[in-house]
Amino acid sequence: MRTRYSAWNLLAAAARRGNWAPAWRDAEPKRRYDVVIIGGGGHGLSTAYYLARNHGVRNVAIVEAGWIGGGNTGRNTTIIRSNYLYPESARLYEHSMRLYEGLSRELNFNIMFSQRGIVTIAHTRHDLDAQSRWANAMRCNGIDADLLDVDQLRELVPRLNFGGDARFPIHGGFIQRRAGPARHDAVAWGYARGASALGVDIIQSCPVTGFIMDAGRVTGVKTPRGDIRAEKVAMAVSGHSTVLARMAGFRLPITSYALQAMVSEPVKPVLDTVVLSPAVGAYWSQSDKGEVVIGGALDLFPSYAQRGSYGVTQQVLAATLEMFPSFSRLRMLRQWAGIVDVVQDSSPIIGPAPVPGLYINCGWGTGGFKAIPVGGWTLAHLLATGRNHELAEPFQLERFKTGRLIDEAAAAGIAH
Amino acid sequence: MMQIRCPVCGPRSEGEFHFGGPSHLQRPPLTCDDETWGAYMFFRDNPKGDHAERWRHTFGCGRWFNIVRNTETHQVKAIYAITDPRPEATL
Repeated sequence: MRTRYSAWNLLAAAARRGNWAPAWRDAEPKRRYDVVIIGGGGHGLSTAYYLARNHGVRNVAIVEAGWIGGGNTGRNTTIIRSNYLYPESARLYEHSMRLYEGLSRELNFNIMFSQRGIVTIAHTRHDLDAQSRWANAMRCNGIDADLLDVDQLRELVPRLNFGGDARFPIHGGFIQRRAGPARHDAVAWGYARGASALGVDIIQSCPVTGFIMDAGRVTGVKTPRGDIRAEKVAMAVSGHSTVLARMAGFRLPITSYALQAMVSEPVKPVLDTVVLSPAVGAYWSQSDKGEVVIGGALDLFPSYAQRGSYGVTQQVLAATLEMFPSFSRLRMLRQWAGIVDVVQDSSPIIGPAPVPGLYINCGWGTGGFKAIPVGGWTLAHLLATGRNHELAEPFQLERFKTGRLIDEAAAAGIAH
Repeated sequence: MMQIRCPVCGPRSEGEFHFGGPSHLQRPPLTCDDETWGAYMFFRDNPKGDHAERWRHTFGCGRWFNIVRNTETHQVKAIYAITDPRPEATL
């Protein structure tokens, strides 16, 4: 029994006292599939969904070591934006934003995408110049961006520290109004439900321990629940990409770092946009539950421990109090970290792996959540057609040989 | 939060140090092809486990040194001079 979510079905379910059908099937692995996707995070789930929905490839399995959406999909601060500088990135992330804008309707699952805007603050004359360039580049790429003066900022975010003695004086900023947070679990569950309904097997608690190779080609995966063979194998495992690559016998230009975030206790509405201060390296939003959600910089040493260092926690909280003095009495509720796959040019890799039969989606670093729809869209295209999607063409592994990097870290100055 | 034993200053808190990348990378000759150079510049082992890496006691004596550290537990297994090879026992 599958249920379409609607106001009518909600009323009907209340009348028969609940018992909703499970949103997706928890499948047992079959011996063979057309495509096996390693990683049941947002990117893996959306890849499976678009494989089935856009390309009719339904004999697909997702194998997930833990539970779906339990890695970085459930460990980020859920900000969706497309405020990038280079045309290649702008096209990629804007496509993702558009897919997100229609996703609740597409999946019949409310992902609670709230387009409340992201404000980037300028603290110096140099910041103002750099942000004018940045916002103008976005507009040239057809993406919304508006420069803000101090009065407009004060109206939007009255709790910011506008005091004359502020250590980081506020001179202005810019806003992408279509940006905003969504509910991360809903994105994972919505894609899982959609993919499962189209016939995809979602297999949880099934870590991949090795690859099955035939004549130098990947033809399946080894798991504690048996070998699973496939025509094609894809991996979308963020911070663990190099671990899997090593099993398949190649290297990646990736370093894994812990990225932490934290939330306060829930309070009444105090902040109705997302605010980012590149100078202090932190950003803030308020969840629908009322928690102030705080993100900051990476712990700057390689780590596979899903917890952040106290030193960075302290810096992020110090920055928070500097920018929002009235938050000083907030009690913190939770702090956590995800393991992110950072590439030198802060741009993703979506394409064939150096080993035939294997395809990779990785390198999103600290900004993978916003790219879940497009990561799946482009990888599904590659798996189904054997050709790179045009949006993914610039984001190949090859660029680390040719030198054609897309250096968003240096260009947009985005920590992502 | 790690405690790292600086070879000069003794045990100090992580916040006084900076991570300076993996140790023992060998630069290929400048006449090498693009692929070799790209591999040297960008590709990393990035192990989940023991990792030889360079750290600097930036907010202390300023000394660079090598450590072998487990990237999953953050346990430091060995500390040795910046020019020394990785200790056999940690390989």
